[in-house]
Amino acid sequence: MAGSSTSVDIANAMHVAPVAIADWLVIMPSFVTIAGGAICLMLRKNTKVQPFVGIGFLTLLVAVNILLMAHVIQHGVITMVMGNWLPPFGIAFTVDALGATLSLIASIVAFCAGVYGSVTVDNTNRRYGFYPFLLFLLTGVSGAFLTGDVFNLYVWFEVLLISSYGLLVLGNERPQLDGSVKYGILNLIGTNLFLISTGLIYGMFGTLNMADLTQKIAALDPADYGPLSTIAALYLLAFAMKAAAFPVNFWLPASYHTPNIVVSAVFAGLLTKVGVYALLRIFVLLLPVARSNMSEIIVFLAIATQIMGALGALAQNRLNNMLGYLVIAGIGSMLGGIAVGTQHAISSTIFYAVHSILVMTGLYLVAGMMQMLNGSYELRKLGGLYVINPALAAVFLILSLSASGLPPFSGFWAKMMLVDSAFEASHPILAASYLISGFLTMVAIGRVWSFAFWRGGPEGTPDGKVAPAVAETSGKLPFALWLPVLILTGIVVYTGLQPELLMELVLRGANGVVEPMGYLRSVFGDPS
Amino acid sequence: MNTLIFRTIAPYVSALMVLFSIFVLLRGHNEPGGGFIGGLIAASALAIYGIACGVASVRRAIVFHPMSLAAFGLLIAALAGVPSVLFRQSYMTSQWLSLKLFDVTVDLSTPMVFDIGVYFVVVGAIASIALALEERESD
Repeated sequence: MAGSSTSVDIANAMHVAPVAIADWLVIMPSFVTIAGGAICLMLRKNTKVQPFVGIGFLTLLVAVNILLMAHVIQHGVITMVMGNWLPPFGIAFTVDALGATLSLIASIVAFCAGVYGSVTVDNTNRRYGFYPFLLFLLTGVSGAFLTGDVFNLYVWFEVLLISSYGLLVLGNERPQLDGSVKYGILNLIGTNLFLISTGLIYGMFGTLNMADLTQKIAALDPADYGPLSTIAALYLLAFAMKAAAFPVNFWLPASYHTPNIVVSAVFAGLLTKVGVYALLRIFVLLLPVARSNMSEIIVFLAIATQIMGALGALAQNRLNNMLGYLVIAGIGSMLGGIAVGTQHAISSTIFYAVHSILVMTGLYLVAGMMQMLNGSYELRKLGGLYVINPALAAVFLILSLSASGLPPFSGFWAKMMLVDSAFEASHPILAASYLISGFLTMVAIGRVWSFAFWRGGPEGTPDGKVAPAVAETSGKLPFALWLPVLILTGIVVYTGLQPELLMELVLRGANGVVEPMGYLRSVFGDPS
Repeated sequence: MNTLIFRTIAPYVSALMVLFSIFVLLRGHNEPGGGFIGGLIAASALAIYGIACGVASVRRAIVFHPMSLAAFGLLIAALAGVPSVLFRQSYMTSQWLSLKLFDVTVDLSTPMVFDIGVYFVVVGAIASIALALEERESD
């Protein structure tokens, strides 16, 4: 370009209209966590102050997410393009009801983890960066939920993966290193597949903006659809790895029980759901035809994942390992909704995702408390908790009933919508698999209940006797452990009794991906 | 590394390299270069100094822990996108300020601030890895 002087009409390339201040909310979740993570990292040595700063920023994160949510509800989909470059050139952050809902729930879970971690994460691990990693993890998670660009999605995946590697090895114990190697290698392969398929899709369409891609793919001649099916299959494999779907789910039970329980809780809540979210975006928004072509395969994967997950949960003898399998079973249910692909099915998938984030995190946190009282995760060594701490028993019961899909908790509505949508689309086997996996989950949970809560103490305690709690706790748990568990349980009970609010949100979210008109208009402006 | 020549020359080489890294950092806006490559040069300067004079003296010389430098860089890189809010533009829209100093126009801009952030992130991250490796060796 050197030497040639051309007069450029900047309006063709750049956004010239003023940007409303409220639109800045779109980037705020990522911005707040990056800034907070950086500040926490600078205060790394100051282990006393760190929890306050960390939890402060997490509170701020929840606040901006609530504002963002309110903004999206009021104004529909909102877009902000970085550096004012017009899409599809600039990287767009596009937030619809789906992204905003998941981002809000993720921030609530992170806040809970931050508070819980102030007790369970010791000074050494604080110095090694628990709070910075947690905040950076949330940068990645919120970025992934809010971005409107496929490559940018990949970048946020990397951000959250790198932070998750850090969290996973925090503590530096032998099993952790073993778990991290498995987790790391499988996730590296997954992200590489993601990158390769993104490269292929860029080669085909010359754009990575989701809205632009949606239009270009919709306008594609069906005769040219061949390569796209390959790309879709690659994406499916990549995201199935992330989401821990059958048969690429072995890394999850191999790694999730190794780190500090609060880290497991965040992972169980958020990471796999980001994979599901990416599937929703790529398959339902971008590649609806590929999705319906591969529907049968995804149905099979969904059924297998659910049943394998639930059976795996039954076979475990350690509480935290069992929960890992329950996460997998939940992923299967969400895949089922994606396989069916009707608007009803997608909204039930989103509902299930929200429910699963809350419940699985809650269950892990409760498991951590049970371990503190009983001194072990081994089912053989648990016992007597009902007498030691009845409130904990109540919370466990609520969360686990919700996980297996019994009324009156959030899981019931999620399962009911899924079953309903499967019948509507005449997939009776899929519908049956939801119920069977729910039943098996119930049995697995019932096993924990009767071992940990009903009987008087660990294996070998005679009938009618009650074994005492681990001495240093004397049956009491600090408030900082109770607060996050109560928040999560509260939301679970509330959505169980009053599901309309969440239903409304997920319906909008599903509408946004199934009928993307609003999404496209937000990015490209009104068609003139 | 115990050769006299190396130990004598290393501090000067390091100082030169840091200076050069700042030159590369600032030059990067119109020509090849910038924060990343500048940061690498500065980190290698620290590594050389560490090999010659010991990790402890490097840590003393840079005052802050390298990780804190990286975090500081991340923070200012993130903040560099913010000024555009005053002009009702999107995040990361570049803002330029041309100053006339003694007949020379100096262009200051938010991308430069971003680049300085990148510089610190790279210096901090690479230096903390390099210093950790060198420390192991001397134990």
